[in-house]
Amino acid sequence: MNDLGGQTIFDLSSAGTEGVTVPQPQVPSPGASWRLPESNFRSSLPDWPEVSEIEVVRHYTRLSILNHHIDRNTYPLGSCTMKYNPKINERAATKAGFARLHPETPDADCQGALQLMWDLARDLAAITGMDEICLQGSAGAQGEMAGLLMARAYHRRHGEHRLRVIIPDSAHGTNPASVTLAGFESVAIRSDARGLVDPDALAAVLDDSVACIMLTNPNTLGLFERDIVRIAGMAHAKGALLYNDGANTNALLGLARAGDMGFDMLHLNLHKTFSTPHGGGGPAAAAIGAKRALAPFLPGPAVVKRGETGHEQFAREAPGPDSIGSIHPFVGNFGVLVRAYTYIRSLGALGLAQVAQDAILAANYLRARLATEYDIPHPGPCLHEFVASASRQKQHGVRAGAIAKRLLDFGVHSPTVYFPLIVPEALMIEPTETESQERLDAYAEAFLQIAREARHDPDLVNSAPHETPFLRIDEAKAARELDVG
Amino acid sequence: MPYTPHTDQTREAMLRTIGVRRFEELLAPIPVDVRQKASLDLPDGLAESEVDQLLESLAAPNAVPEGVTSFLGGGIYDHHIPAAVDHVASRSEFYTAYTPYQPEVAQGTLQATYEYQSMIRRLTAMDVAQASLYDGGSAVAEAALLALAHTGRKTIILAGTLNPRYRSILETYLSAQSVAIQSAVGPDGRADFVRLGQMGDADTACIVMPSPNYFGMLEDWERGARIARNCGALMVAVFHPIALGLIRPPGECGADVAVGEGQCLGSPPSFGGPLLGLFAVRREFIRRLPGRLVGRSVDARGKTAYVMTLQTREQHIRREKATSNICTAQALLATRAAIHMALLGRRGIAALAQTCMQRAHYLAEEVARLPGYDVPFGPEFFNEFVVEAPLNARVVLERLREHRILGGIDLGGRFPGFERRFLVCVTEKHGRQTLDRFVQALREVAGHNVGESPSTTMTAAPQGVSPRARG
Repeated sequence: MNDLGGQTIFDLSSAGTEGVTVPQPQVPSPGASWRLPESNFRSSLPDWPEVSEIEVVRHYTRLSILNHHIDRNTYPLGSCTMKYNPKINERAATKAGFARLHPETPDADCQGALQLMWDLARDLAAITGMDEICLQGSAGAQGEMAGLLMARAYHRRHGEHRLRVIIPDSAHGTNPASVTLAGFESVAIRSDARGLVDPDALAAVLDDSVACIMLTNPNTLGLFERDIVRIAGMAHAKGALLYNDGANTNALLGLARAGDMGFDMLHLNLHKTFSTPHGGGGPAAAAIGAKRALAPFLPGPAVVKRGETGHEQFAREAPGPDSIGSIHPFVGNFGVLVRAYTYIRSLGALGLAQVAQDAILAANYLRARLATEYDIPHPGPCLHEFVASASRQKQHGVRAGAIAKRLLDFGVHSPTVYFPLIVPEALMIEPTETESQERLDAYAEAFLQIAREARHDPDLVNSAPHETPFLRIDEAKAARELDVG
Repeated sequence: MPYTPHTDQTREAMLRTIGVRRFEELLAPIPVDVRQKASLDLPDGLAESEVDQLLESLAAPNAVPEGVTSFLGGGIYDHHIPAAVDHVASRSEFYTAYTPYQPEVAQGTLQATYEYQSMIRRLTAMDVAQASLYDGGSAVAEAALLALAHTGRKTIILAGTLNPRYRSILETYLSAQSVAIQSAVGPDGRADFVRLGQMGDADTACIVMPSPNYFGMLEDWERGARIARNCGALMVAVFHPIALGLIRPPGECGADVAVGEGQCLGSPPSFGGPLLGLFAVRREFIRRLPGRLVGRSVDARGKTAYVMTLQTREQHIRREKATSNICTAQALLATRAAIHMALLGRRGIAALAQTCMQRAHYLAEEVARLPGYDVPFGPEFFNEFVVEAPLNARVVLERLREHRILGGIDLGGRFPGFERRFLVCVTEKHGRQTLDRFVQALREVAGHNVGESPSTTMTAAPQGVSPRARG
């Protein structure tokens, strides 16, 4: 039977059908003086399809089942923290009192929402060791930009115009892009043989033109920056600030706090560590944290608490004179904040610490299981993720990208590949705490079988995937012909 | 322990495979002096039923259109969300997937995004729409960055009627560049074209013009585009997607870049986030697009398939030379918008726009007839308009709250001389009875003695005490 595969929603259009009824105006037409002049109107209707509800539902249902997703099976993209997201988070965020709440509602009429935000900010301060938390960021990259603008504002406040930001070569690609957007020049420093920041290399470029050092800790190799306290001391001695890209905070919950390591600022990717489903690429949210000296520069508005205990009132407060300003039209991605709050309340202090411990355990377990066939270029143990290399397999003509495609045939998702840039044939794996030993074993078995195939039947790997709904997709053709809708 | 499948037995077995005896050995890389000594200063975890009750106690006190009548708009709109949008977009396959890095197992997200791009392109009559940005405000900022990069110039001219919240974001995004921002607004709630024309010069990168503008008024994009052309600048049109069911689209008015807020296409207000940044351009700017773009291709069997394309613009490849730092954006909201747009169809979007507009104009006409009230900027609005009250707007809105009505956005604090003005939004959810009741309430609250200052809340204070006992 033809399931209409391959069709677009436009192919399904049938003139005269409708997918949802819209109410008629049911008010008198306005008098002549209240009509909109004709010149404002479009000459033809937008060229959208006309499709019945059932065909819309079938179309998008058909499309949906072509997706791999975390509710189906393992999805260990490195640095993406693809953990299982508890369903209670969804129930919480879709409660009418949250979902239908308009952001221009007066403070007195949204006290519950404001209290949630105030509590969440305190929770995140406790988790990170920061003094103040702003919840306005839309995503990690926007948090980075905000942090860098704060660094800029901080130095200007102190009469300095520092121009450079130091980033290790293992950093996420957003880091240098954010540096440019914030008006700085980025200076890359090489990681050492341990995969860590080399304090001597850092010292060589660290002078009083440096506004900030941006570090991800644990870094993108899944390794803790062991010299972090020394690095913080070096930065502060030169008047530079230390920023933590908190994308990897899942590793540290209850174990160590950025604020105790000497970081002055950070962002947390709330959708990762604090469990909002990733939605096919968003929405996300970033909390931006600052130590006391940097707090006046945080974006805003902030939620504040006023009044006596038992009679507290929560309010939104416009950013102060030193603030970098607003980065979101309202208080932030509230729906993601509700999920983060729900997650923290569900797990509590001990549960969050267990999250980090199980994430570390899972990564080290998988790392140990893969080590027989794959190069693991940096010594362990790792924290919540690790980077393997397909350099051994490459000798048989099988590259990391092909291994990633072959993994799809096993019903699991591949790791992040070719990142970080400092590891050849990188396979960056973050299993998260929610994968069971059985799932981790199945994942390892797939990886090990592919290693054997690479030796004995490399074409099988290089022509993968074979079992997926679609075979290898021609990316070059897409870029050449550029049919983008 | 919820949400982890591990038991002490499996943990021990895994530690044995790793080759360590105790978990603490795995923490060796974390120097002892930065390890946390005590457990986190957080309350204990709660059972799911307790969490649900706690969240309900925080949700219930908030005034939402189930218990009150709301005329709040200002960029965020409470339109009806078809049941099929919630149902289909809530499928795990859509909402628990991530960025389609492996297109062979992500065709659902990719094709839905391609169709979203196509429908936004068709709605705006632009050439290319990308896959989503964070929100309308950051989309304005990204448009300005595109224009600055393309022209190499250093001045942005705004119609002074741009949503002030968008302007704030723009100012933040541009604060590190030496860029001047100029704006002009006339006394009629619309851009002052004479002054805009005088401002445009060889240093102008773009003109940014919303329509409908923050006051709900339609602006003359074509005239804006002529000014932009005359000085070699780009025209950035800020649009409202539902208005475009009726209103001439930016692509027919000379826009180079069209941006907007897409929350009204299938996503709830959610206290202002997550939102959906809409972004479309003329073809010559395709390589300057921020964010992701999905293109059509084929798989090895020749089947039509979709894939992220032109990724060489993006930060994970170009790093410090990327066109933007944006990475994760709003894929799920774009999927919701695609489903909503498909359900509405070409005639549905026009009917929706017509109903919103006609009801708004009905209300405006009725309000303008009320003694002491005025609709100062006249009829050229879509579904939002400014009301001038006989009293301070703050007082009127406070009194409306006693009628369980959120009457609109007070403009007094944001615009000098607007102390008696507020912004009213009408959608297809406001039936005639609701509108007539609002008119009656406005009549009544104007009759109050001035000086009474009610300080009620419409709803009870939060019932649940925060589980964090903080001083």
